[in-house]
Amino acid sequence: MTQPDAPASVIDPDVDLRVRSQRRELRRAPWAVLGVIGLGGAAGALARHGVDAALPHRAGEFPWSTLAVNVTGCLLIGALMVLITEVWAAHRLLRPFLGTGVLGGFTTFSTYIVDAQHLAAAGAARTALVYLFATLIGALFAVWAGAAATRALAVGRAAKEERR
Amino acid sequence: MTVLLVAVGAAVGAPLRYLVDRAVQSRHDSLFPWGTFCANTTGSFILGALAGAALAGASSDPVTALLGTGLCGALTTYSTFGYETVRLIGERARLIAVLNAAASVAGGLGAALVGHTLAQAVIA
Repeated sequence: MTQPDAPASVIDPDVDLRVRSQRRELRRAPWAVLGVIGLGGAAGALARHGVDAALPHRAGEFPWSTLAVNVTGCLLIGALMVLITEVWAAHRLLRPFLGTGVLGGFTTFSTYIVDAQHLAAAGAARTALVYLFATLIGALFAVWAGAAATRALAVGRAAKEERR
Repeated sequence: MTVLLVAVGAAVGAPLRYLVDRAVQSRHDSLFPWGTFCANTTGSFILGALAGAALAGASSDPVTALLGTGLCGALTTYSTFGYETVRLIGERARLIAVLNAAASVAGGLGAALVGHTLAQAVIA
C-alpha cells in the first residue's frame, strides 16, 4: 500500500493547510482544482435539488429532505476520508472533486438553518428544535459510522489478501 | 431552466467556500475550524436575506434557484462541518468540538436572522 499523503491530523476535509500538498495545490493547478470543485459542487447541488423535489415539504412541516441529504452526505464524507487518507493513494483532484465539490455541494448548512427558522415562524418552535438537534446528532453519528464501516471493510479485505 | 440556475450557482458557491476556507485558515493557527464556520455563517446570512426578500415579495423562483439552492447551498456545507466536529472529538479536543457545533448553529441562526431583518428593512 502506498502511503497516502494526508496525515491522520487532517481536520478540514475541504482543504487543510497543515497538509503540505494541499497548501500547494492551488498554486500548482489553480484552474484544475477550482474547476473540479465547481463541477462537483454543481453535481452535488443538483442531486440535493432532486431529493428536495421528490420529498417536498410545506411551511410548518418537518424538512425530511434536507435532513436526509445532510445525514447521507456525512455518512459519505466519513467513508471517503478513510478511503483517501488510509486506503487509496488517491489522485490529487479526487478530494477536491468528491469531498469539497460533490459532498460539499450536496449538503447544506444554510438551508438547515433557514428551514429551522421557517418552522419557528410557522409556530412550530418545538419541531424546529427537534429538527436542529436530530440533524446534528444524526450527522455526527453518520460521519463516525461511515468512517468505521469503511475502515472495518478495508482492514478485512487487507487481511484476506495477506492470507493468500 | 431551474436546474441550470442551481448548477451555475453551485459551480460558483463550492469554489468560493474552498477559497474562503483557505483565506481564513492562512490567518490563524488554532484547531477551531474558522474557515468552514465563516463559509456557513456567510451562506446562512445570504439565505436569510433571500427568505426575507421573498417574504416582502421582492424575490422570484429563478433568484431562489440561483442564489438560494445553488450558491448558498454549495457555499455552506454540513459534511465538512460534521467531519470536522467528529475529527475534533477524535483528537481529544472535545471542548472545541462542542464549541464548534454550538457556535455554528447559533452563529448560523443569528446570521440568518440579521439577513432576514435587514432585507425586510431595506425593501419595506
